Amino acid sequence: MSTNTPVSTATAPRNMQEFMEGIWERNPVFVMVLGMCPTMAVTVSAINSISMGLATTFVLAASCWLVSLLRHVIPKEVRIATYIVIIATFVTVVDYAIQAISLEMYEALGAYIQLIVANCLVLGRAEAHAAKFPPVAATLNATGMGLGFTLGLTMIGGVREILGNGTLLGISLFGADFQPWVVMVLPPGGFFVMGGWLLLFAIYRERKDRGNAARTAEASHGA
Amino acid sequence: MVHESLGQILVTTILSGNFVLAMFLGMCPFLGVTHSVAVAFPLGLATTFVIAIASISAYLLNLVLGPLHLEFLRLICYIVVIAAAVQLVEMFVKKTSPSLFRALGIYLPLITTNCAVLGVALFQTAREYDFLQSMTFAIGGGAGFTLALTLLASVRERVNLSDVPSVLKGTAMTLMLAGVLSLAFMGFAGIGG
Amino acid sequence: MSAETLAAPQVTPTAVLLRVLGIVSAICGLIIVGSYEITLPAANANRRIALERAVLKVVPTAKTIAEYYALPAGGIEQAKGGEAPAGVAKFYAGYDDAGKLTGIAAEAGAKGYADLVRVMFGYDPVCQCVTGISVVSMRETPGIGDKILIDKDFLANFKELDVKLKEDMSALVNEVKAVKHGTKTNPWQIDAIAGATVTSRAVGKGINDAAQFLLPKLVPNIEKLKVKS
Repeated sequence: MSTNTPVSTATAPRNMQEFMEGIWERNPVFVMVLGMCPTMAVTVSAINSISMGLATTFVLAASCWLVSLLRHVIPKEVRIATYIVIIATFVTVVDYAIQAISLEMYEALGAYIQLIVANCLVLGRAEAHAAKFPPVAATLNATGMGLGFTLGLTMIGGVREILGNGTLLGISLFGADFQPWVVMVLPPGGFFVMGGWLLLFAIYRERKDRGNAARTAEASHGA
Repeated sequence: MVHESLGQILVTTILSGNFVLAMFLGMCPFLGVTHSVAVAFPLGLATTFVIAIASISAYLLNLVLGPLHLEFLRLICYIVVIAAAVQLVEMFVKKTSPSLFRALGIYLPLITTNCAVLGVALFQTAREYDFLQSMTFAIGGGAGFTLALTLLASVRERVNLSDVPSVLKGTAMTLMLAGVLSLAFMGFAGIGG
Repeated sequence: MSAETLAAPQVTPTAVLLRVLGIVSAICGLIIVGSYEITLPAANANRRIALERAVLKVVPTAKTIAEYYALPAGGIEQAKGGEAPAGVAKFYAGYDDAGKLTGIAAEAGAKGYADLVRVMFGYDPVCQCVTGISVVSMRETPGIGDKILIDKDFLANFKELDVKLKEDMSALVNEVKAVKHGTKTNPWQIDAIAGATVTSRAVGKGINDAAQFLLPKLVPNIEKLKVKS
């Protein structure tokens, strides 16, 4: 019998932690580098990024919730196949939902909605987390990851839209004479902007590490 | 109901509509497995094989699901067939070349979640390709995928021997290189006519 | 060492595996079918609105629209609800308040720079010409390919684009083609947008392919459409 079921009465701070870790500390886009396919493809504008992010968040949360509910029932030999079937189900749901909500958004996101099934992030979380934790914790963590994913997508999409189209969320920022940097909304732009963000984060981290190292050196010298 | 010739499809999927560099399919192995050509190239071939199987299966599945008005089961059926195909390929590789099997490691079963494989099935359905068009699309897609992976792997192998700034090391550098590669492939625009 | 620790790991019997897979599939199936049924009315409404908007853009005088199929073997038939049979081309007849035919709208599509470029074009059976286009969907480059949406000179190509049929009504007399910017000499040519040749050519090819398929079946039967049935 499995002995790894954590306390089911999770405390509020613990749940908060579950929720928050996906937003920044272990952001799926910039830290874990998961779910790249949709990231590059649909982040040509902020609104597309937000929509894709929210769709993925729904699939993540719903799938992890169901996987967690069934975690004691699913035999380990068929777990991956079962997770995939569950994920595919919710992706189909979201596909229909978007068609009913906004046909324009559906055309904009295109086949990438259905490709959420192949998003390593969703399967990865189901396998690594939802299968081991009770539903509340699993769903919270999944939602946090999803929102972190949305945040990451929007950061990339926002930059690409501003530079490549002169607008943000459809609102023109620079007026009609703006010469857009078109490559930003083309495939190479996706690579460059994502690489650019990673570069900025690496610079920030290096500065922080240098600062910490200097302070520890000072402290040890002073002591 | 678009009339594209087989030659057009082949050329566009490998060059101007390259699965990785233009359509962003198969990003995980593209960023994760391209540290060496010796691993990237065989993985590309294995993926091409799975893509071909997925394409044929998707076409046949549609012949069944269409008349029965069961389109909403499409996605689930595709993914189950892909998972089965990957299992078959795994067993085949294990039997014929154990060293390759070891080298590819976990990336072989991960072909199941490769967007390129599912993407082929989805795109050929959306574009309503017939059987020959689908096959060409699949083979071209796989070839383009292998090409992109191998190119990036060979560039990365050389870059690893150079002096890369510490802040760029790792995924950031890979992405910049991929961006340049993608930019280069944009030069093929319109080549399919 | 006790015997238990050397025992093989527990393997789940096949019957249990199948039962679980069956239950999970059943749950998932219910969820999918349920969500399909719930969203179907809204999705269909959206599609109908988008279609009407596109048709009205190219046949502005239409007050009602009737959907028809052009059959691959020849002839036309009115669309009944449900899925279109394979291989047909859909077109829409626009009628004014008096029930008289004001114009035909049909879809055309061809691969552009990034992906499919789909347009709706209006057709006037009297002059046997295209009267206008409206882009239904495209993913062309913003600022370059998407000029087909707004470039007035490009759109003017389609005000009277010649798509006359041969005497035997088997094909167009002249193929509709996009030519290099500034070199248009005939009414069946399309002056491409400078710098956006690929996208312009896609529009041309799309309209040509659609017209070659549709018109030989539509024109011989045009009398049937003159008055709303």
